[in-house]
Amino acid sequence: MKKFGKYLYIGLIFFFLYLPILTLIVMSFNDNERTSGVWYGFTLKWFGEIFQSQDVMEALINTLVIAVASAAIATLVGVVACVGIMAYTRRQRTLILQLTNIPLLNAEIVTAISLMLTFGMFGISLGMGTILFSHICFCLPYVILNVLPKLRQAGSSTYEAARDLGAGPVKAFFSVVLPDIMPGVATGFLMSFTMSVDDFVITHFTRGAGINTLSTLIYSQQKRGIRANMCALSTVIFLVVLIVLLVRFFLTGRTTADKTVKGGT
Amino acid sequence: MGNILELVNISKSFDGELILDELNLDVKENTFMTLLGPSGCGKTTTLRIIGGFTTPDEGRVLFEGRDITNLPPNKRQLNTVFQKYALFPHMSVGENIAYGLKISGKSKTYIDDKIKYALKLVNMDGYANRDVSQLSGGQQQRIAIARAIVNEPKVLLLDEPLGALDLKLRQDMQYELIRLKNELGITFIYVTHDQEEALTMSDTVVVMNQGYIQQMGTPESIYNEPENAFVATFIGDSNILSGLMLQDKLVRICGVNFICVDTGFGVNKPVDVVIRPEDVILDEPGMGQLDGVVTHLIFKGVHYEMEVMAGDFEWLVQSTEMHAVGEAVSLRVVPDNIQIMNKPESEDEEAVVIDV
Amino acid sequence: MFKRKSLSLPYILFILCGTVIPLLAILYYAMVDKSGHFTLANLAAIGDPLHLKPLLFSLLLAFICTAICLLLAFPLGLMLRRSGAGKKGFVIFLLILPMWMNFLLRTIAWKILLQKTGVINAILNAVGLKSLEIINTPYAVVLGMVYDFLPFMILPIYNVMIKIDNSLVEAAYDLGASPFRVMKDVLLPLSMPGIISGVTMTFVPSMTSFAISEILGGGNISLIGNIIEGEFLRGGSRNVGSGISMVMMVFILISMALLNKVDKNGEGAVV
Repeated sequence: MKKFGKYLYIGLIFFFLYLPILTLIVMSFNDNERTSGVWYGFTLKWFGEIFQSQDVMEALINTLVIAVASAAIATLVGVVACVGIMAYTRRQRTLILQLTNIPLLNAEIVTAISLMLTFGMFGISLGMGTILFSHICFCLPYVILNVLPKLRQAGSSTYEAARDLGAGPVKAFFSVVLPDIMPGVATGFLMSFTMSVDDFVITHFTRGAGINTLSTLIYSQQKRGIRANMCALSTVIFLVVLIVLLVRFFLTGRTTADKTVKGGT
Repeated sequence: MGNILELVNISKSFDGELILDELNLDVKENTFMTLLGPSGCGKTTTLRIIGGFTTPDEGRVLFEGRDITNLPPNKRQLNTVFQKYALFPHMSVGENIAYGLKISGKSKTYIDDKIKYALKLVNMDGYANRDVSQLSGGQQQRIAIARAIVNEPKVLLLDEPLGALDLKLRQDMQYELIRLKNELGITFIYVTHDQEEALTMSDTVVVMNQGYIQQMGTPESIYNEPENAFVATFIGDSNILSGLMLQDKLVRICGVNFICVDTGFGVNKPVDVVIRPEDVILDEPGMGQLDGVVTHLIFKGVHYEMEVMAGDFEWLVQSTEMHAVGEAVSLRVVPDNIQIMNKPESEDEEAVVIDV
Repeated sequence: MFKRKSLSLPYILFILCGTVIPLLAILYYAMVDKSGHFTLANLAAIGDPLHLKPLLFSLLLAFICTAICLLLAFPLGLMLRRSGAGKKGFVIFLLILPMWMNFLLRTIAWKILLQKTGVINAILNAVGLKSLEIINTPYAVVLGMVYDFLPFMILPIYNVMIKIDNSLVEAAYDLGASPFRVMKDVLLPLSMPGIISGVTMTFVPSMTSFAISEILGGGNISLIGNIIEGEFLRGGSRNVGSGISMVMMVFILISMALLNKVDKNGEGAVV
């Protein structure tokens, strides 16, 4: 009986977490232009219309371009920075880690307006460039916090061994250190990518007129009802991710990037 | 002296694997009993069943004659000293020791007195306000013991409590535990895989393997008269030879007749023979019972350890006298030091040697 | 000679331009008027009931949301803990998976579910219950916040709890503690680091959110996030917006400081 209560509770919590997702998936098969609580019949046509709607496709491409670019740049800058940080004194390291933590702890809206004000102050017009810069900024901490511990764990002995065996510093880094810290680098990249795709607040404040990502496009539609093709697209994305993660999970027993840090607002 | 604790026909399996098979065990009041065996032999499971952390699939646990099989651990008059101490990291040393007493609603003065008494007992005077994390492994171990004994349990369960300590500290703590046991006058049930620890401290040693009790007795009887090959190999080094019991008090090993003291095995019966390496006496060639050649030699500190090839058997020999490799020697064993055992009858009883 | 430390320079540049200067920019804008003269009017603008009420209301809703999340997540952590560490990967997988659906869409889904003619009411009516009319009220906003931020409460609590050595729990039982006392004396204090980070990760975003109140409040509910968004993006004053943001950050810092104090007291008051 006690056990039943326990499973009921766990079940209800997860039902609560998955109910909206189920709703959206159902809505993407609903034969109605805009989402509503009413069922108009089954259709698959919205899945076809994903690719015919120009603004959805533009938003999708923008989202992916920004996510890939910001995750890649943040990973590159972050990994290189970590190698440098390892050479810091204790004091310098504490300072830089505290600064790294600010974007994680700060309210997203504050980060967003602070960037917006800065762009304004320097006369930089808002556009793809400002979105990209802002995304790199909030992705960097995820890279640093994933790579630095791995680098510390790896220690200097393998690097020194490689040097002892005749490798130059760059060669030693790529052949010995990088493979060692690769899991951290991959996690950092994946978290950055996810955070970027998921971001709404920062993009909302740092985008120029006419540029949309999926998040901002959804927000602009929310008053009149979300277009069904947007639901269909989200369903496709969700199912693709689900399948990838499930395959990965059952192959390796673990999930990808533990996306544990901070939610969007 | 009555039995304070009885395990009756206890069976337990995990994930379809049988860990304990109809185990019966009586624990006498005021003894130091050690459950000894390799990892996976079921000794820890036995202790956890006594402590109430694991429920047996079958069988009963009796405490002073009362069935406590389904009693949760917080209702049992037993306390446990856990393997990795399990001190509460968010409480001070004093708070840790006080925890059980506070639960049972003792007065503040009583608790304070008890903390002082317990700290003194484990030689940790004045540590009451320390942080648990500041203590060394040995000190944490003492606090874990103090935390358990302030509740005045009738039986104290100890799950490999010295496993994480270094050799010197372990030996010191062994003496401490014997002293504590004598001062408190309660029953200790101690789990270990370290045979030396078991022999040093216990009144009764229970040797376990694969869910069965292999032998139970005083440390002396376990060491000197192992009942089967498993016990003989697990407790100390030994030479186990196949022999033929020709008649009472006469056994044939390696083609040579040895006089022994065992009787009742019958006539011309195949047996296992245990001879401890320190009981093999080396002599000039031709002077002993069996001639051979030294094949290996290691200096071990208190003695030399040699391997001697004699009668198609590699004998392990310990002696304070050195014989170089290649030297011809002769072996001799006095009748008292020849231990005869029945050959194992089934697969289950087959000697399984696991390095620990 | 090439210095290894200089490898961090690009990153430091990003920190400067992306974190330090922007924060100083807020400070600057908060302290000047449109023409660049020093003023305290932007900070004082919080005294205007139009700003003060949303600020206090945000605090209230964030507090309620955080409390509900904690009350839901802690028992869940306890239950999941006992179901064994072997399932850890799968539990985290289930908690993270919903985040791969855009959070705005998930919030909008609640709008669909909660509508007067929505699915939930259809079910309620079908079994003869009264309609649930909470859409466009603060109740719906709190529900949306709890929904969006619950995983951020569960994950850190679960992560800490699963690491608590089970022998500590057994030791407490062994010393006579009832299941409730084991929870209160051992599991709760040892989960504190997870609870603290869970509370932080729930409180800050729910305090500063503007999209959830916009979507589920139907434009009727104005939180401090909505005020700031309005000042910046809907023709308000950046200076006033900066001033209000500064005040809001102060409130967040005070809340966090209080929380840390509670934590310290909590640690002492174990037995």
